[in-house]
Amino acid sequence: MAFPHRPDAPELPDFSMLKRLARDQLIYLLEQLPGKKDLFIEADLMSPLDRIANVSILKVRSLSLRSCPSFLFEQLCFLVRPRIKNMRYIASLVNADKVAGRTRKYKVIFSPQKFYACEMVLEEEGIYGDVSCDEWAFSLLPLDVDLLSMELPEFFRDYFLEGDQRWINTVAQALHLLSTLYGPFPNCYGIGRCAKMAYELWRKLEEEEDGETKGRRPEIGHIFLLDRDVDFVTALCSQVVYEGLVDDTFRIKCGSVDFGPEVTSSDKSLKVLLNAEDKVFHEIRNEHFSNVFGFLSQKARNLQAQYDRRRGMDIKQMKNFVSQELKGLKQEHRLLSLHIGACESIMKKKTKQDFQELIKTEHALLEGFSIRESTSYIEEHIDRQVSPIESLRLLCLLSITENGEPKRLQMRIYGPEHLLTFSNLRRAGLLTEQGPGDTLTAVESKVSKLVTDKAAGKITDAFSSLAKRSNFRAISKKLNLIPRVDGEYDLKVPRDMAYVFSGAYVPLSCRIIEQVLERRSWQGLDEVVRLLNCGDFAFTDMTKEDKASSESLRLILVVFLGGCTFSEISALRFLGREKGYRFIFLTTAVTNSARLMEAMSEVKA
Amino acid sequence: RTLGLILFFQSGRPLGTGIRLGLGLRMNRTKGDEEEYWNSSKFKAFTFDDEDDELSQLKESKRAVNSLRDFVDDDDDDDLERVSWTGEPVGSISWSIKETAGNSGSTHEGREQLKSRNSFSSYAQLPKPTSTYSLSSFFRGRTRPGSFQSLSDALSDTPAKSYAPELGRPKGEYRDYSNDWSPSDTVRRLRKGKVCSLERFRSLQDKLQLLEEAVSMHDGNVITAVLIFLKRTLSKEILFRELEVRQIALRHLIHFLKEIGDQKLLLDLFRFLDRTEELALSHYREHLNIQDADKRKEFLKTCIGLPFSAEDSAHIQDHYTLLERQIIIEANDCHLESAGQTEIFRKHPRKASILNMPLVTTLFYSCFYHYTEAEGTFSSPVNLKKTFKIPDKQYVLTALAARAKLRAWNDVDALFTTKNWLGYTKKRAPIGFHRVVEILHKNNAPVQILQEYVNLVEDVDTKLNLATKFKCHDVVIDTCRDLKDRQQLLAYRSKVDKGSAEEEKIDALLSSSQIRWKN
Repeated sequence: MAFPHRPDAPELPDFSMLKRLARDQLIYLLEQLPGKKDLFIEADLMSPLDRIANVSILKVRSLSLRSCPSFLFEQLCFLVRPRIKNMRYIASLVNADKVAGRTRKYKVIFSPQKFYACEMVLEEEGIYGDVSCDEWAFSLLPLDVDLLSMELPEFFRDYFLEGDQRWINTVAQALHLLSTLYGPFPNCYGIGRCAKMAYELWRKLEEEEDGETKGRRPEIGHIFLLDRDVDFVTALCSQVVYEGLVDDTFRIKCGSVDFGPEVTSSDKSLKVLLNAEDKVFHEIRNEHFSNVFGFLSQKARNLQAQYDRRRGMDIKQMKNFVSQELKGLKQEHRLLSLHIGACESIMKKKTKQDFQELIKTEHALLEGFSIRESTSYIEEHIDRQVSPIESLRLLCLLSITENGEPKRLQMRIYGPEHLLTFSNLRRAGLLTEQGPGDTLTAVESKVSKLVTDKAAGKITDAFSSLAKRSNFRAISKKLNLIPRVDGEYDLKVPRDMAYVFSGAYVPLSCRIIEQVLERRSWQGLDEVVRLLNCGDFAFTDMTKEDKASSESLRLILVVFLGGCTFSEISALRFLGREKGYRFIFLTTAVTNSARLMEAMSEVKA
Repeated sequence: RTLGLILFFQSGRPLGTGIRLGLGLRMNRTKGDEEEYWNSSKFKAFTFDDEDDELSQLKESKRAVNSLRDFVDDDDDDDLERVSWTGEPVGSISWSIKETAGNSGSTHEGREQLKSRNSFSSYAQLPKPTSTYSLSSFFRGRTRPGSFQSLSDALSDTPAKSYAPELGRPKGEYRDYSNDWSPSDTVRRLRKGKVCSLERFRSLQDKLQLLEEAVSMHDGNVITAVLIFLKRTLSKEILFRELEVRQIALRHLIHFLKEIGDQKLLLDLFRFLDRTEELALSHYREHLNIQDADKRKEFLKTCIGLPFSAEDSAHIQDHYTLLERQIIIEANDCHLESAGQTEIFRKHPRKASILNMPLVTTLFYSCFYHYTEAEGTFSSPVNLKKTFKIPDKQYVLTALAARAKLRAWNDVDALFTTKNWLGYTKKRAPIGFHRVVEILHKNNAPVQILQEYVNLVEDVDTKLNLATKFKCHDVVIDTCRDLKDRQQLLAYRSKVDKGSAEEEKIDALLSSSQIRWKN
């Protein structure tokens, strides 16, 4: 079961430092406003904050936006994401105070950084100067020993839909912080427009603060930056490794999950932290779901055996047992029952929604056969109103793998707003337009010439729509993403990364990373890069310094811009075990198909 | 000193979610709960097609775990309450870096190295606070002089400056009205979050150079900052003209206008760029902000003539017609419901208004409340079907679900009965009878009804599967008989109740000499 790391696997750097830095900075910022104060914390910041500082003991008063808050103190402090609507809200409070003739001190702490657009709103609302602003540069939250999250789910929509590059500086700053703490990265690779920009800005930062990382021994040998739109397909698939399935079913939020009464078998929900510290979870998180039962049974039997040992113990042995082992056993016991409960609940839900058939359809789409059947399955799925998000996801998968939008599917049944959602999906390249094949490439090459005129940033509109053409089938062939299997794929003994999708498909993103690491460059991958529409956005940068230890050269930081899925994480962990690497993941947020779809839907302002 | 902590939430969702984490981690079950937890049998109505083996494995492990209960319960539960899932004492999450540190495997030596080279050694010497330490202590002032001392120590040290930059100086004081900054210097200062006057960039050429510098820097925040300045200091024609050839900046402006809700300028921009479809969509989007149904309807009317794509145009028209329809139905049904004279509304009070619901929900609603109405009325299902050209499959699925929910089996029957020209009746389902069965089962149809439809499933394997799944014994038995599959029948015998009529029937068949079994 759970694959042990190879004995020669490199050690991971200690990322807990990041938490302390963030916490101390926050303490410092709050200290700047001495005395009693009311503190507002934006909902989205609560979970990340909880992971680094304990707020549960504080006297907490809750209120909603609509109710008029009454304050205890003469100082107000707002801890918020830099969003326009937050500024409007704050402005309404401050202006109400002004009308009422109250004077108070106001402070806004933006996390991870402040935007000029926010300041503009403060100015327009006439409260610039009444409010002091600060930044809490908290952009790297270690969710696990090998997973850092920026907790910025809006990155995806902001960049990939709206083309807003506001978070690129945040990414560059985060990378800069990492290289300051953990040494320079001798080998850099990347693919995607955003990846390239983030990389360039990061380099600029390093140059400006020259000397910081010079002479430092690198701890992490490689860094790989990857745009989410290089591979939408993987993110759109149903997840079947345990952690991914838990995320798809219960939504893991900031590294913890709310298990409802159906899992805990009590009337209470339980918030559970899911990371390497949970010994049971640690062993099953990367497993294909079909293996999890067997494992849990085995585990239960072992536990039984360990408990049974107490029979026939004498007093002294018993005392030892109770003082040393019992706590661990009991904890394991609880964990075990919880994960068994989760498995049951997942099974129930999946059985209800014809998971088997759904997976079959997905695999058919990935492999490119029985398209007609798949299309009619999706149509029926829509007709049955199973779930709009799910239907949208399947439509996108069909569209990207088949390179075109199926005509007249009855999405309108989900409400008229779908029109806006569809337009968004098209703009983001999650739905691709069907077009005559040959004429495009000619235009494409013409357009890509325009793109090189970078100084002016002249990318024509034509390009952005053309770039969205998906060549999934050709890429899949080139990179051998569909493993040829004789007989059954043994999910208990995975042969390749395809196990994370039941042996049907190797995640494109992970395959690219694997190939580049193998070659230490993009050499020989020109055709793939072209097919990915990333002709100008695949890069490598190696420093000739030979200070990097062989151990550090087997540590790889993978940066997912726009989010990564637990399936991808599992696949790369598997690759690491095979090759003796260890991967560290940095993502703007952990994502899955449902989150991608939700990010594209349009709601009222 | 005290601190009031107030949370505010954006969309009225349940309050206090985040706050609970610290407490939620606790295993604060009482003994009674515990008892219930382990004793609850939640395995019954649970089938997974062909995973029987694993299921029994799972059951087994559950049993094994359950059997340990006695032993666990012997123990003092209070002890458990203090242990979180990470195995660390609850309450200490605030200061626990253990969460990751425990397993991180970085060598002690490595950390030492790290400390010394970053001059963060002072951090490591922070007194480890007790588990009750909380954020509130941030505000107790200098009760922990050591820690703040060490923080400032760390900050004054040069190598630390990059990740804790300028903490000591409030940003607001960083005004700089120097006129000497070049466009690239200005952009760099902007990127660092410094307040920086742009007023000196007065000529168009200067402004554009500034913009191009910002774009080449890639920082969207700076691009937007420059755009805000340009928007204020250039006429919109000039601004639009210049942005038309600068797509990256253009996208930033569009997003900015969307965010601050400057709809008028946004529409002007799309008009200038001749992006008619985006113009139309952007205008249409506004309806989301109109609550009042009548006003929304009127607004949608203004959308009808806009230059959408051909397909979208039809949708917009439909959207308008649908809302118009819903307003009529809503008024009418509200009246009927409050009058209390109509049985269906008395028996099944409406749960929500039908306004702004999707088409299919509306169809379901009308199949539920207005099924028998003549085609002439706005609320009749047939009328909806015709008006919105709802495909047959879609219609049948929806009607079936609605009628099954009301347990109107005759209507269900009629839905699938067709008469040919000679007057013979025939059962036909555009969605396939296997789907019909599933939907009926979901609506708790009685076995007799289910059986009838399971029998209509054409494919024998599917039929057998469904019959087994939904316990339609007669169908299973008859099918096995027809297949002359003795083995399967034997196997099924164990699944029916002992001494039941089904068992008798199977026994009779098995002992019959009339059948030539194939196995």
